Amino acid sequence: MSRPEDTLYADLHYDDREAKKYTSSSRIRKIQSDMTHRALELLDLQSPSLILDVGCGSGLSGEILSQAGHTWIGMDIAPSMLDLALQREDEGVLSLMLADIGQGVPFRPGTFDAAISISAIQWLCNAESSDVSAEGRLRRFFEGLYASLRRGGRAVCQFYPKNDAQRSMISGAAMKAGFGAGILEDDPGTKNSKLYLVLTVGGGGLQGDITGIVNGMSDVDVLDARKTALGKGRPLSYRKGDKAWILRKKEQMTRKGKVVKADSKYTGRKRRPAF
Amino acid sequence: MKLLTANFLACAVKGCKASASSYPLHFKDAELELQELDYQPVFLQNIMPRIDWEGLRMIANELGFPRLPDTKPEGDTLNDETTLRDLHRLLLETHVVEGKLCCGNCGHEYMIKEGIANFLLPSHLV
Repeated sequence: MSRPEDTLYADLHYDDREAKKYTSSSRIRKIQSDMTHRALELLDLQSPSLILDVGCGSGLSGEILSQAGHTWIGMDIAPSMLDLALQREDEGVLSLMLADIGQGVPFRPGTFDAAISISAIQWLCNAESSDVSAEGRLRRFFEGLYASLRRGGRAVCQFYPKNDAQRSMISGAAMKAGFGAGILEDDPGTKNSKLYLVLTVGGGGLQGDITGIVNGMSDVDVLDARKTALGKGRPLSYRKGDKAWILRKKEQMTRKGKVVKADSKYTGRKRRPAF
Repeated sequence: MKLLTANFLACAVKGCKASASSYPLHFKDAELELQELDYQPVFLQNIMPRIDWEGLRMIANELGFPRLPDTKPEGDTLNDETTLRDLHRLLLETHVVEGKLCCGNCGHEYMIKEGIANFLLPSHLV
C-alpha cells in the first residue's frame, strides 16, 4: 500500500482535490468515525470537555466529538482541509487553526481536558528541509502537548507508523516529554490493525497510565514491559565463589560444550574455617 | 476565532516562551461577528476555573466591550444564570472573523482569515 507520507508533505498532499476525495469517501469516513469512537472510549471523559484535535483535517473526527457533547479546537496544516471543515457548520467547534504541529502547540499551560489525534502524528516524522529534523519536530510537538493538557488529562493519538523504528521513535519522544505512554493495538497482525498511542499526564503509579485505562475493558491483553524491567533492574546477588556463582559458571561451560562435573550435594558447599 | 480560544493562545515564537508579555495576544483590526449557539452551562462551569480573567478583561476592553467585573466569577456566582449567559455570549458566541493577533513581546502578527488563525511560523522563529 502506498503511503502519502513518503511522497509529499501534508499541506501539499491534501490539496483541494485530495481533501475533497478524502472527506467524501465513505470508506474513509467509516474508518475515521470508528477510530474516533474508540479514542473517545479511551479518553473516558465524564463531562462536556474542551478537547484539542491535532490534525483535525476536514472535521470528520470533530463531528463525533461534538455529537458526544464536547467542544473542540482543531489544528491542521492543510488549508484545503480546513476550508472543508469551515463549510461543515459544526456546533461544537470552538476554533480552527492553521498550524504545523511540529512547531509546537501554542496554548498556555493546562488548557485542555484531553487531546485527540486521528491519523496525523506520523506526519511529524517527515522533515521537510535541512534545518528541521524529525526528532526536533516530535520533541516540540509532545512538549507543547504535555504543557497544554491539564494535570490528569489524557491524549489519544491514532497513528500509522511506517515501521517499528518509527513507532518506537514516536512513543519514545512522548515519554521523553514526560507522558505516561502506552500503545493499544486493535486487530493486531491484520491488515486493519490500528495503533493508538495513549498518553497520560501525571500521577497514579503503574495503574495511572494505559494499563489502568484498559483495566475494565474486555478483549484486551496487556503486555507490560515495565514489570520485567523492574525485576531486571535489581542486580542478582552473585558473589564470586559462592554456590550460585559456581552453578552459573558450570551452566555457562555446559552450554559452551565443555566437559563439566555433575552437580552434587558437595557442589559449592560451605567449608569450615581452616583454623 | 472565538474569544474563549484567544484566552488560551500564547505566542508560538521560541524566544517568547519565557516572556510574560507573550500572553495574551492582542487583536488588531478585528472584525467581529455574533453567531448564535446553544447555551451550555455545564461546559462553562467546567471551563471557568481555567480562564485567565486578567487576559480576558484586557482583550474585551481592547475590543470595546463593556467593562467586565474586577474579580472572576467563582463559586456561587457561577450558578447565576445572567452571569453565565453574559459569559456565554462573550466567550462562545463572539467570533473574530478577520484581523490580526499580535504578540506583545516580539510583535509577530498572526493573520486571521475567515475565522482561522494562521500560526505557521517561518523556520527561524521556531
